[in-house]
Formats: sequence, structure tokens, C-alpha cells
Amino acid sequence: MLQRILHLIVKELLAVWRDRRSRVVLIAPPLLQLFIFANAVTQEVRNVHIAVLNRDWSQDSRELISRFRMTPTFTEIVALRDESEIAPAIDAQRAVMVMEIGPDFSRRLAAGQAPDLGFILDGRRSNTAQIVEGYATSIVQQFAAERGVRAPPGASRAQLVTRAWFNPNLEARWNTVPSLIAILTALIGLLVTGLSIAREREFGTFEQLLVSPLRPIEILIGKTVPALIIGLIEGTVIVLAGAFIFGVPFRGSVALLYVGMIVYLLAIIGVGLFISSLAMTQQQAVLGAFTFQAPAVTLSGFATPISNMPDWLQTVTMANPLRHFLVIVKGVLLKDMPPDEVARNLVPMVVIAAVTLTVATWFFRRRLQ
Amino acid sequence: MLRDPSALLIAVGLPLLFLFMFGYGVSFDLRRTAICVVTEQPVPVVASLAAGLADSPYFDVRRVPDRRLCEPDLVAGRIAGMVVVSADFAARLARGEAAPIQAIVDGSDPNTAALVQNYLDAAIANWQAQETLAAGGLRQANSPQSRVWFNQEIDSRHFLLPGLVAIVMALIGTMLTALVVAREWERGTMEAMLSTPAAIGELILGKLIPYFALGMAGMAVSVACAVFLFGVPFRGSVLILIGTSSVFLIAMLGLGLMISTLARSQFVASQAAIVGTFLPALLLSGLLFEIESMPWPIQWLTRILPARYFVQILQTLFLTGNTARIILPGTLAMAAIGAAYFAVVVRNTRTRLD
Repeated sequence: MLQRILHLIVKELLAVWRDRRSRVVLIAPPLLQLFIFANAVTQEVRNVHIAVLNRDWSQDSRELISRFRMTPTFTEIVALRDESEIAPAIDAQRAVMVMEIGPDFSRRLAAGQAPDLGFILDGRRSNTAQIVEGYATSIVQQFAAERGVRAPPGASRAQLVTRAWFNPNLEARWNTVPSLIAILTALIGLLVTGLSIAREREFGTFEQLLVSPLRPIEILIGKTVPALIIGLIEGTVIVLAGAFIFGVPFRGSVALLYVGMIVYLLAIIGVGLFISSLAMTQQQAVLGAFTFQAPAVTLSGFATPISNMPDWLQTVTMANPLRHFLVIVKGVLLKDMPPDEVARNLVPMVVIAAVTLTVATWFFRRRLQ
Repeated sequence: MLRDPSALLIAVGLPLLFLFMFGYGVSFDLRRTAICVVTEQPVPVVASLAAGLADSPYFDVRRVPDRRLCEPDLVAGRIAGMVVVSADFAARLARGEAAPIQAIVDGSDPNTAALVQNYLDAAIANWQAQETLAAGGLRQANSPQSRVWFNQEIDSRHFLLPGLVAIVMALIGTMLTALVVAREWERGTMEAMLSTPAAIGELILGKLIPYFALGMAGMAVSVACAVFLFGVPFRGSVLILIGTSSVFLIAMLGLGLMISTLARSQFVASQAAIVGTFLPALLLSGLLFEIESMPWPIQWLTRILPARYFVQILQTLFLTGNTARIILPGTLAMAAIGAAYFAVVVRNTRTRLD
């Protein structure tokens, strides 16, 4: 029996490799996505354009503006002449923020009072605008503090000092590249399994497989293991690219990462086999994979945090294997996550894998009869 | 067309899925984010600070006396950060010295980390202002005042859902056209039709009208959901919305035709439509990620994506109104890109037939 399964595995790997279309699908899109994602997908805010209306023409206000010029966050600082120019600058998105320096700016600064200054933000990009506002406020506060602005009498002098653990400079890539390990291996696992049965159907070899002495469970194992192998290889390539090309740290245990990756891939492969048993053509399989992948990525905590979602949807995301593996992969790479925490995220994935593989087997058997 | 389940999936299933996901699942606004407040010494002033944080709708606060109790949660990702009020905080405050409060955020999610930091800053400034007032001090703003135009409530759905209209139209306009027309090429029915006396132009027009209607219907449903279900304001003109949507949709149909003409097989067309049109519309249009922050080659690439212009136009139409300086250049750019796609289609169809 082992012998037979082994033959099937080798045959499956060769089939994937020999088919030009499968080869292209498995190699080109993931690599393209790795490089585009790793470079473009950044919520870190740099090089944005802001505008300044300076109604204080003093040395102080000019110095404050030059502070803004020195940071990489702001590349272009448009000088506005009067108030009537504020609305056009925001409306036409020439600036995501307008800083309005009031006529009393330097006088109040000299008197040790809070600066006469305001920001106007573009709500069409409120996420970016809020981050820009945060940077701008800290620049102004630091400037004021250096000029000896004291807190008003009786005020508390509490200050918030923030440090980021695990990623002190808040590098976007340290988040994106580990997430891509999860996203792209899932894509591969889905496509390899999704396409495999559909391909046999299209080529008419599926019937041959059915009349062979292989039992359905053996066929399924023969379809699962190659996808697992290809998924692990692709995952390893991204881990290595992350470490050596993108400079992402690897602080935890390699073994824990791979245990997680295997369970995760099994859960995904179950979904892929399920799609495969439904799809009649390879094109339908690709669409099916996409229909699963898009919400799985969106609701995984990759782009926006899960805690921002409504409670009922947070519960739904528990069934998403991506959500759990994302915690493991980021935890192992960036946080040196201890084994018990990894295990805690592994359990739901084991359950998901058991369910998806069982359902896939059941569907597959039914299709055979 | 309706006989193929994948066409139905693209025309109806996927748009609804995306509407649902963006309406409920994608949000940049913190909502009861779990944090730890570590109060090493339980004195009244510290209690009032912790209570101030706990009152905020943005945080779900757990109070502990020692930071070691929370560190494993930060490693596990169960909390987004912790605020540490050291034992000498109250004493320093009483002496009028600077009293630092330490915030430790989870850098493994840099975007949330930055947001948590901003919200904490605001919450603590708020608490300070109240304390000052309570102590009989003058109420005075220590940090600059901000106003957010067009989106005062700072609800990220207000800018995400308008952009979603572009994604739904890209799905229908490009993926559906690419697949269905590729199928005709595969079966040879396209060639058969092209050999009839009808001009290529007429044929293309005839092929595209149903998809145009479907795409506009998708637009109407998405806009209606955004406005009536999720309460996004619409401040522009409906006529301009219809006009600019038509230009965008025609460009997307042109792209779909171009993909199918070049690919000539459903499988390659479905791949190309996902990788070449859907992902860029989602990731490179400025909807989720700021274009100005991308490296320049990718910024340059976004200029040839119709979705980039359309997302900007939609956000402006919904939230700002009819701003000609955004709408006119964007529409012209989309028209030019669309014309280029159609030129490629016509050229390729001719050479293929000759």
C-alpha cells in the first residue's frame, strides 16, 4: 500500500512540474506577490504632502516648518498664502493635512503658553491623516518643549513615553513578510490540490485513476502529500527570502514554525480538496480558491486588526486557519514565542484540519460513487 | 452566460462577499482593543488615570499590579500594548517633576501599534486636562487642535466603502469579461462570429453591452448598500457618479477583452484577471495603502491603473462633493487608458484573423 501511495505522490509531483500552466501558476504569481506586497503594502506613512498656512512670519514659525521639512514623513510642504487656499488644497488632495500657524504663535511661545496652531485633515484618508497628525503633534510638542513652554500652573506633568517591542522601528516589512509566509503557502496549497483533481478530470485521467487498484483514501493521501511538500518548499523559500533579502529577524524555534506550518497546510489542503471535488475545470478551481482566499486573508488580522471587528464576526474568524497561523508565524519570527503559546494556536488549527479533511474525504467518496 | 456557475459567482457572489467583508470586517478604527494597565502603586491619582483609560471606548483595560503578569499576553498577541505607571509616578507628580508613563506596544503589527500610540496619547492628554480642571487650574489645550474635514466621526468605512465600488466593478468588468470571452475563443465561436460581415467594432459593442449593464448594476447595489446600510454620506452629484463610472467600466471591459484576446484560454484568463486586475485594484489603488508612501517604481505603476483614479473620484464624490480638480483629470486619465486597451484589442483581433 505504501508503495502504491509513494508512486502516486511521485506521479503527482511530476504532473505538476510537467504541466507548463501549473508551473507558471505556482511560481510566477507568488513571487510577484512577494515582491509587490513586501514593497507596496505598507501602512507606514512616508513621503506625504502637507500644506502650511503661516500667518505668523516669525523666526520661530519658520524654524518649526523647517523641522517638518527634515523628517522623511513629509516630502512636500506646500506654502499657502491665505485662508482661502486651504479648502482647494485639501479638496484637490494636494495635501493630506494643512497646518495653520496662527498670528500669535511666536508671542505665545515666548510667553510659555501653548502654541497657537491647528491642523486640518482630509477625512477621505482619515487613517493616513490620523497617523500624520500624530507625527505632527509630536514635532510641535517637542519644539515647544525645547522653547521652554511649561505646562500651565497646576497641570500635571505626566508624559507618555512609548516603546515598541519586537519591532522597535515599526518596520512594515517585519509584519508583511511573515504574513506572506502564511498567505502565499495557503495560496499554493489551495492551488495544487484544487487543480490536481480538476486537471485529471479535464484530461480524462480521473477515470483511469478510479479503475486503478487504489482505494479512495489512498488517492486522497496521494493528493495531499505532494501539496504539503510543495507548500513547505514555497514556505521555506519565503522564510529564507525574508531573512536574507528583506532583513526580517528569525528569533524563535524553526521546529515550532514547521510544526505550525504542517498543521496549517493540512487545514488548507482540506479546503483545496473540497474545492477540487466540486470543480469541473481548472478555471473553476482557480476561482474557487480565490473565493476562499480573499475573505480568509481579509478576515485574518493581516490588513486590519481582528479586535476592530464586531464581536460576532470575531467569533466567525476563529474558523479561519490563517488567523491562527498568522499569530504563530509572527510570534515565532519576531517574538520567540514559547511552545505553550504556539500550542494554544495550534489546537484550533488541528480541529479545522480534522474537519476540512474529513469533509473533503466524504465529498470525494460521494463523488466516486 | 448564466449557465456557468463561475460567471454567476463573479457577477453576484463575489460582489456580495466583498460588500459584506468591507462593511463589517475591514476597519481601521480601534474598538475595545485589549490593553493592560500596570499600576505598581495603587494611589488615587493612578486610579483616576486607569479609570480614564478604562472609560475610553477604544480600549478594553485589564489592570494588574505587575508588568510581568501581562508580558506573556503581549507575546501571545492577546493584548496590543501595556501602559506602565511606575511606583514613583504619584510622588513625582506631587513634586511637580516630569512624571513619565511608559507605553509598550506590540510592534509585530506596526499599523495597530502606531494607532494605539496615538489613541493613548489622546486619552492621556484628555485625562490631564480633566485633572488640571479639577485642581482649579486653567483649562488649556496643550496639543494643537485638529479638525477632520469630510469625515468628522473618523469612520474608516466612510473611505473604504466608496472605494469598494471600484473593486466590485473591476471584478464584474474585467474578470467576467475576460472569462466569458476567453471561453468563446476556446470554443472557436469568436472566430465564427468575426467571419460574419459585422464589423469588429459592432461585435465588440454587442458583446460588451450586457457586461456594461451588469457592471452598472453592481455599482448601483454597492452605492446603495454604502449609503443606506452603512450610512456613508453621498455629497456629490449622481449624474457625475454615473458618468465617471461609465468611463471606468468601459476601461475595465477593455482590459477584460484585452486579457481574453491575449490569453485565449479561460484558465490563463482567470489567473491574469486576478493577478493583473483584481489585486492591483485592491492593493495599489490607494484604498488600503497610501500611494505616496510606496517606492517610486510602484507609484509610477499605479498611474496606469484606472482603479487608482476611480477610487479617488469615488471617495471625493461621496465625502467631499463635485471637486472638478479631482474628477476631470481622473476621468481623462481613465478614458485614455481605456482607449489604449481597446486599441490593443482591435489590433490583436485583426492580426489574429488575417
